[in-house]
Amino acid sequence: MTEPLLRATGVIKRFGGFQALSGIDIDVSAGEIVGLIGPNGSGKTTLINVISGLLAEDAGEISVDGQRLSGMPAHRRASRGINRTFQVPKPFASLTVRQNLEVAVHGAGPGPDLDELLDRLELAPVTARLAGELTSVQQKLLDLARALATGPRVLLVDELACGLNPTELERIAATLRGLAESGMGLVVVEHLMPFIDRITHRVVVMNAGRVIFGGSLREAVRHPEVVEVFLGAPEHVL
Amino acid sequence: MSEPLLQTTNLQSGYGAVKVLWGVDMDVRTGETVVLLGPNGAGKTTLLRALMGLLPARGGQIRFAGTDITKLSPRARVRMGLSYMSELGIFPDLTVSENLDLGALFVDRATAKRRQQELYALFPILTERRNQAAGGLSGGQRKMLGIAKALAAEPRLLVMDEPSAGLSPLMVNTVITSLSKCREGGLSLLIAEQNVKFLELGDRVFTMEGGRIAFGGTPAEIQADDGLRRAYFGLGV
Repeated sequence: MTEPLLRATGVIKRFGGFQALSGIDIDVSAGEIVGLIGPNGSGKTTLINVISGLLAEDAGEISVDGQRLSGMPAHRRASRGINRTFQVPKPFASLTVRQNLEVAVHGAGPGPDLDELLDRLELAPVTARLAGELTSVQQKLLDLARALATGPRVLLVDELACGLNPTELERIAATLRGLAESGMGLVVVEHLMPFIDRITHRVVVMNAGRVIFGGSLREAVRHPEVVEVFLGAPEHVL
Repeated sequence: MSEPLLQTTNLQSGYGAVKVLWGVDMDVRTGETVVLLGPNGAGKTTLLRALMGLLPARGGQIRFAGTDITKLSPRARVRMGLSYMSELGIFPDLTVSENLDLGALFVDRATAKRRQQELYALFPILTERRNQAAGGLSGGQRKMLGIAKALAAEPRLLVMDEPSAGLSPLMVNTVITSLSKCREGGLSLLIAEQNVKFLELGDRVFTMEGGRIAFGGTPAEIQADDGLRRAYFGLGV
């Protein structure tokens, strides 16, 4: 068995007296898409924030390709091959789409060709437009482009599909699958189970800051605790 | 036949130089739930904002409860019984309970108090967090607060922009259940959604494309049409 690309073990994060992450273990291999699911407030985004370095972990080990990232700020982690998208994208509204990507790659090593990236994400027609004038879907795609511009090997995707209609979902699903096929490891946080079913190889389910299940989505939908805290009813989700 | 609760005729609106609504004709009858579907950029949010008076109408008419409200302020519309749940409509620096108080700004104190108890029963997580800043809630919890805040106004017509976005399947079910309870109590609903589970609630559906209504009918009619079914039920079912 090959070493996973991303490995996080025993990750703990506290906010004052509240323990948001109580010893999380998660790993992702190259070419794999892992769905990170769980009830609202279970700690999924906090885990993404900690792995990407936006928040400092209180304990635990995080490594990419065997290189230890623990204690590093977000920009150093990005240069070691990890990047993420945000639930609510906040691009530089008064910069153009292209300028937003140029800021993202500033100081980073060699990454993908920006024009090719814009083209792949169907942003080529709006490359000279101000980011603040984009539709919400275009802003999400720009946020994905920003994350991809640094050439990550691990991509953490936080609710990218939220608010997209079925046609837009199909396109995003194809894009994410394509990234995995090119060897990237992805962690995808999402509430839309058909979307998770379509793109992930396995899922990790969180509740109240702990991992309560790891395995296939088919098994997850029959797991009593997952059904109780997250799905409600097992029969209609897939 | 009596006049619908809400009716727009050739409604036009937009942002700055950009015209988004090119003549929208739609209506919601008393006690009815209407679901608004359409791709991103079709004008759903713009229509909801124009209905609430948050964007001025540039042409056409909006009638609510027998009155022309086209030129009324948002405040006057809320007083008449229109309430709006936007995608991110809460005050992050205020507590959960203060947010609910603001939702009930135009409701008498006794009603507001009774209503708050009902809303806490509907969304127990908000009870636990009642004295915490809303900004500290998770994305889904914020959404629940947004819904509760809109319901605190005791509206006749609740206008909602994607209530399911970012919610877990369990929470989506909770929201649908709580909205059907409100509906049994006589509340009329206009819901812009991508999640077709909300069609369970809908008496009628409008789809929007390019700033106009493209289709109006029942959920069953949408499902019977191959093109519409593919466009709106694809992966999202």
